[in-house]
Amino acid sequence: MGITLIYDGRACGVSSAVESGDDLWLSFEDLTAASGWEHKPEGLCLGDRCVPIPPARESEFIAAGDRFNLAAFARYLDQPVVHDETASVWLFGESALVRGQALRSLEAPDFRLPDLDGREHALSDYRGKKVLLLSWASW
Amino acid sequence: MYREYADRNFTIVAVALDTGGPDAVHPFVRPQEPIVVPAPMQAIMSWSPEQYAAAAAPTYPCLIDEKHVVAELYDMKNVPMAVWIDEEGRIVRPAEPAGATDGFRSMDRKTFTIPSDVVEAGRASRARYTAALRDWIEHGAQSRFVLSEDDARARAGGPTATDALAAASFKLGQCLREQGRPELAKPWFDEAARLCPDRWTYFRQALQLEEVGKASGPEFVAKLRALGERRYYDEIRLE
Repeated sequence: MGITLIYDGRACGVSSAVESGDDLWLSFEDLTAASGWEHKPEGLCLGDRCVPIPPARESEFIAAGDRFNLAAFARYLDQPVVHDETASVWLFGESALVRGQALRSLEAPDFRLPDLDGREHALSDYRGKKVLLLSWASW
Repeated sequence: MYREYADRNFTIVAVALDTGGPDAVHPFVRPQEPIVVPAPMQAIMSWSPEQYAAAAAPTYPCLIDEKHVVAELYDMKNVPMAVWIDEEGRIVRPAEPAGATDGFRSMDRKTFTIPSDVVEAGRASRARYTAALRDWIEHGAQSRFVLSEDDARARAGGPTATDALAAASFKLGQCLREQGRPELAKPWFDEAARLCPDRWTYFRQALQLEEVGKASGPEFVAKLRALGERRYYDEIRLE
């Protein structure tokens, strides 16, 4: 049965993934395809940001030289990780620190959502206007 | 209000936090029949018939947020809550209740009436909020309701690790629902509500998924009552 990995809101089937309790091991190729993180000599890199792996803890993250434990790495970054064992779905969320920094920057975080006709709107489409962003619910 | 100010570089972006998707939202935004608002709530809202007609057929964007992404991004723990965003995309007032008050908690569940002083206070709160909003639309950064960056930052706060875990659990629930596995999704919605009991969006959405209408049912009423002196909607500090 296939494993589904959801990272940054994007779902990806990962054929190389092996689940082991709270750990999720992937090939480096699948790691990059699913999460964007790339294994480089300086550590794990996403865009301009590189996170060195502490040598003493390398075995928590890397096995057999070619498998990477994304769940352990996410915990290392204080990202929430939840998985449903029955469905083999893993979801990686945003860390409270990153979310808090974003909020306190006072830059309105952008999002893209459909309207009732299925047409997508981004908040940034309304740049140049004052926006009252209003939440409600049918319930 | 949107129509009044649409040519003043102002828009409303309404986001329905609805895991039920378009089917759940449709009856409210494009009703086949007029929506019946209970009389005491009408008194608090004090809208004219024209305002009801306009509200029932909004011309501003009404978006559907099945994963409650906006609630997570803007740290909204209830509805209705609103954020003011200026022309440059800067938050000038972080999420706060959009004039809503706890007045509805005084409703007599048998007679559906609310004491007149509570109705008056609710009406006044909404009027104050609307007046502040008008002031901002007209005066922009000069409006006294635009918070200083320090104030805005202090109010924006930020989620805790538990909040982040709850948001992830909720989203996992919604992913499982999309995969057609509602029986697996439910425990994750419940987990989000358990982790963050004061985030009403999780609790009420989870109830609503069990059965339409349950979000305002006995479980909700019991939890409201258990609040005691604590508030359901945070106090609105306009200035």
